[in-house]
Amino acid sequence: MESTTASAAGSPHSIIGRPVARIDGPLKTTGIAQYAADFHLPGTVHAVPVQATVGNGAIRSLDVSAARSMPGVLDVIHHGNIERIYRAVPNDPSATVSETRPPFEDNRIYYWGQYVALIVAETLEQATAAATAVIVEYSAETPSVSGELEPFAGKWQTVSTRGNVDDAFAAAAVKVDQTYVTPVETHNPIELHATVASWAGDTVTFYESTQGVVNHRNAMAQILGVPRENVTVVTKFLGSGFGGKLFPWSHCALAAVASRRLQRPVKLVVTRTMMFSNVGHRPLTEQRFRIGAGAAGKLVALRQDALNHTSMVDNFDEGCGEATPYLYSVPNLTVTSALVQRNVGSPMAMRGPGAVPGLFAMESAMDELAVALKMDPVELRLKNDAAIDESNGQKFSSRHLRECLETGSAKFGWSKRTPGVGSMRRDGKVLGWGMAAASWGAYRFGCSTTVELGADGKARARCATQDVGTGLYTIFAQVLSEKTGLPFERIEVLLGDTTMPEGPLSGGSWSTATVLPAVAGAADNAIASLLQIAATTPGSSLSGADAKTLRLTEGRIHRSSDAPARGVPFESVLASARLNGVSGDSTSGSAFEDPKAKGLSMHSFGAQFVEVEWDPEIARLRVSRVVTVIDAGRIINPRAGANQIKGAVVMGVGMALLEETVYDPRNGQPINGNLADYLVATSPDSPEIDVTFLDYPDYALNSYGARGIGEIGLAGVAPAIASAVYHATGVRVRKLPIRIEDLLQSEIREA
Amino acid sequence: MQSFSYSKAQTLDQATAAGGRFIGGGTTLVDLMKQGVETPKMLVDITGLPLSSVETQPDGGLMIGAMVRNSDLAHHEAVKAQYAVLSQALLSGASPQLRNMATTGGNLLQRTRCPYFRDPSYSNCNKRNPGSGCAAIGGHNRMMAILGTSEDCIATHPSDMAVAMTVLEATIHVEGPKGKRTFEIADFYKLPGTAPNVENALEPGELITHVTLPAPRKGSKQVYLKLRDRASYEFALASAAVVAETSGGHIRYVRVALGGVGTRPWRAHEAEAALMGKPATAAHFRAAAEAALKDAKPQSENGFKVELAKRCIVRALTTATA
Repeated sequence: MESTTASAAGSPHSIIGRPVARIDGPLKTTGIAQYAADFHLPGTVHAVPVQATVGNGAIRSLDVSAARSMPGVLDVIHHGNIERIYRAVPNDPSATVSETRPPFEDNRIYYWGQYVALIVAETLEQATAAATAVIVEYSAETPSVSGELEPFAGKWQTVSTRGNVDDAFAAAAVKVDQTYVTPVETHNPIELHATVASWAGDTVTFYESTQGVVNHRNAMAQILGVPRENVTVVTKFLGSGFGGKLFPWSHCALAAVASRRLQRPVKLVVTRTMMFSNVGHRPLTEQRFRIGAGAAGKLVALRQDALNHTSMVDNFDEGCGEATPYLYSVPNLTVTSALVQRNVGSPMAMRGPGAVPGLFAMESAMDELAVALKMDPVELRLKNDAAIDESNGQKFSSRHLRECLETGSAKFGWSKRTPGVGSMRRDGKVLGWGMAAASWGAYRFGCSTTVELGADGKARARCATQDVGTGLYTIFAQVLSEKTGLPFERIEVLLGDTTMPEGPLSGGSWSTATVLPAVAGAADNAIASLLQIAATTPGSSLSGADAKTLRLTEGRIHRSSDAPARGVPFESVLASARLNGVSGDSTSGSAFEDPKAKGLSMHSFGAQFVEVEWDPEIARLRVSRVVTVIDAGRIINPRAGANQIKGAVVMGVGMALLEETVYDPRNGQPINGNLADYLVATSPDSPEIDVTFLDYPDYALNSYGARGIGEIGLAGVAPAIASAVYHATGVRVRKLPIRIEDLLQSEIREA
Repeated sequence: MQSFSYSKAQTLDQATAAGGRFIGGGTTLVDLMKQGVETPKMLVDITGLPLSSVETQPDGGLMIGAMVRNSDLAHHEAVKAQYAVLSQALLSGASPQLRNMATTGGNLLQRTRCPYFRDPSYSNCNKRNPGSGCAAIGGHNRMMAILGTSEDCIATHPSDMAVAMTVLEATIHVEGPKGKRTFEIADFYKLPGTAPNVENALEPGELITHVTLPAPRKGSKQVYLKLRDRASYEFALASAAVVAETSGGHIRYVRVALGGVGTRPWRAHEAEAALMGKPATAAHFRAAAEAALKDAKPQSENGFKVELAKRCIVRALTTATA
C-alpha cells in the first residue's frame, strides 16, 4: 500500500532504505521481550499508591494504622515519614522531571488522584487491599478544572512576530477570526508505566518504562540524593510512551524510596486509572486564529493567540505556535501564548506537542479561509508556500511541502472534488473530502555508541538509548549491516542500559537522526581497527598489506583489488591475532553545534487528504480513506516508517472524533479514566491508509539525510478530518472531538 | 482484598442451595469485584451446570440455556435464521473475547456502566448504597439514560442482548428457594424509582436457568441498529430493535425496543401503538419515534440522545419494512 521511491542516496542493494522487518519482532510476538514490569527479581515486593479523592485541598489527617496491620504489609510511606527525597535541580536539561514537586513533599493536594501514601506489601493483592484501608481526611475546596480557558486576564508572551499583524488584519479583504479548542488527551500507551527499583548497598537499579534511560538516571540521582554512578536504569523494551514516559514521574521515586527503606526490590505498576491522572496528558488548548488575505488568496496577516492549561505547580507550555511562523508566507504575523492553571496533574508532551493542536487550529482556519475565498484549499496552500523561513530569514535545509500537496492531490483524486457542502455522494452516503498541511521540526542531539566486532563473528552495537517500540533496534542493525556486510543474524544491538555510552531520549522524532552518525562512526572506527590488525597480524594472508587498501565486505576482509570471496572472514583474523574482538567508539554532536546545519531551518513536511463517509439520517460518520504524503528526509526503513505513519493516522482519527479526558467538575476526577469509556480508535475505525514518503535526503541534518517520522504523521490529520466533516455536513466543528452531537446540527438530513 | 470462597456447582440444586453469588463468564462480576463494587463472600461457579444448549421447542419457539455463551448464541443457526435481531444485537456488543466468555444469563444481569456506580470512592450512589444519593446527577452524564429515570438514579441499562430479547418478548425462567418461576421480560426489569438497587425481579438465591423465545412471527423482518461514537467496542448511545410485518404497505405487526437510552431495556409501546395499521412511511415512522421519546428527560449533556434515538427508530423501522 505504501510506496517509496528508491533512495537517491543509497546504492540499489543497500540495506539502508530497504523495508526490513524489525529485528525485535519475534521477541515481542513470542513474549520473550522483557518490559519493565516483566522483571521479577528475587525477593521482590509490591507497592501500590493511595490516590487523593479530592482535587484541591490538603490532607487533614492520615490514618494508616489499619493498613499497616494488614497481612503482608511491610511499609506505609506518606508525607509524614518520607525521608531523603529531594527536588531535581530546576532547568537542568540533563535531569528533567515531569513534576517539580516530589511525591509526599507536604500535605497539599493539587489534583485528584495525587499520591498521598504508598503501601508496600509482599504481594500485589495485599498491597492493593491495604491501599483501600488507608483513611484520609481532607480539607477540600472545589477544584478548578473548567474546560474553558477564556476569559484570560493574565500576561501573554510573544512567541514570534513580524510586520504589523493587527493593522494588516484590519485592512484585509477576506478574514477568518475563530477560536479552536483541543481537549485534554491522555497518552495511554498500552504498556502501563512501571518501575522496578532495587537497592544493593548504596546503589540502585531501575527496570523502568522510560523514553530516556540517561535522563532518568540523572534525575533519579538528584531526587534520591546519590551520585549518578550509583544509579543504573534499564529499559529493554517499551510498549510505547507517546511522550508520557519522557521524564520520571512520582511513582519512580516512590518505588526507589520504598526499596531503599526495605532493602528489597520494589515493583510499582501504575494502574490504568492512574494513567489518567498521574502521568501526564496533552493539555487543553484554546487558540484564537485571525487570518487575513487579499481577494486572490495571498495571506497578509496571521495571528495566533494560544492558551493551554497547566498544573498548579508546573508551567507546561504546549507550544501551539510551533509550526505557525514558518509554514506559510505571510508578511505580518504574531504568535502569542499563555498558561492557565488548573487542578490537574502536570501535562506532558504528547506526540507532536504544540504542532499537532496548533495545526488543528491553523489548518482549520485555513480551510475556513478557503471557503470564504471560494478557493480550493490545496490551491490556497500552494499560493502561500514559503520559499524561506520567514520567522528568521533562514533557508530551509529541505522543504517539499509543495510536492507533498501535489502528490497527495494526485493520489487522492482531489481534482474530482466538488466544493459544495454535501455535494458528493456514494452508495447512499454523503462524502466529505478535506485536507491539511503538516509540519514537524527536525532535530539531532548528541549520541555516543560503541561497536564491537567479535571473535564469534558478530557485530554488536551498544548505546544507552531505547527503542520506544518503533524500530530503533533495527536502525542500528541496518547501519551495522551496511558497514560490515553481515546479515542480521550476525548482528546484536544492545540498548536501554545506562552502563552503555550515552544516547538520546526517544522524543521529538529525533532518535534516528541522532543515532545514525554515532553508530556509523563507531562502526567505521571498529572496522579501521580491525583492518589495521589484519594488516599487522603475522601469518595472515593480508599481513603486510597497507590497511588503507583493505576492505570489510560481507564479513570478509579483503584487498580492495580483490573480490570479497578471496578475503578472510574477520573472525579468523581476530582468532589469529588472539583477540576476543575489536571495538570502536564514536560520539556525534547536536545539529545546533554543526556548521553544516548552521543557519538552516530544518523541518519535516507533509500533507493529509481525508475522505469521510456520512450517513446523515443517523449521524454516523466514519473516516474511510486517508492519503498521507511525508517529506521527512531519507527513510531508513520504509516498512517500520509506514507503520509509524499509519499508526499516527489512526491516532489522528481518535483525536478528531473520539478522544477526550473528562473531569468531574465537582472533584476534578478524570471520570472516563479507563479504556472502555475513554475512546480511542479501534480497528474498524481505521481507514484505508496510503502512505507515500517523498524520500529526499536532508544532508544538513546528518550524512544519511534522515530526519524523523514519529510525530509528523499525526500532524494535520485532525484538521483534515474536520474539514472533510464540514464538506460533508456543513457543520464546522472548532472544538475537538467532533461528536454526534455536532453532526446532528447538520441541515443535510438524507443522502 | 476481599476474601471469598469459591465452589463449582455440579447440579442446579447444589447451586441454588449454596447461598452464594453465581458466577458464569465473569465478565461483569469479576470487573466489579476488582473495582470493589461487588464484594461477594461466596462465589458459586455455575458454568458446569447443564444449561448450555439451544433447543427449538415444539411450538416453534427457542429455549436458550442460561450458560450459552454470547458468541455461540449469536452464531447459532436457528438464531441467525429466525431471530436475526438477537444475533445482530449480540454481535454489536462488547468484543469477541468478551462475547466468548459472557453468558446469556449473565448478560441479562449485566450492570450499568455509570462511572459513579463503578467507583466506590463515590459514597453517593443509590444503587450501591440505598439512600445515599446520586453522583451522576450533576456529574458527567453524556452516557446516562433519558427514559425511565428518577430523582434517585439515571443509570443506563447497558445490554444490547436484553433489548433484542425485549422486542422478541422473551420469557425468563428462574429457579430458587421459591421453586421455578417465570417472568415476561417486560416484568423482569424494574424501573429505578426510589429503589434503584432493585434492578430486577430475582430474589436472593434465584438463578436464571433459561430464556425462551416465542416462535418467530411469520413474514416479519427483524433489525437491530446500534448508534455510538466509534465503530466497535462501545456501549450504545442509542439503539433500536424492531420486529415488523407489513402487507399492502401497511404495518400489521410491530414491536420496538430501545437500548442506550433507558434505565432498563426499553419497550416502546407508544411507538408500536402509533404504527399499528398505518402505512409504512417515513412520516409515520417519525411520528412513532416522537411518541417513543415524548417522556424523555435529558440531563445537561445528553439532550442529543433524544433526537439520536428518534433517528435510530426511524432507520430501524425503514430497514425492517423495506
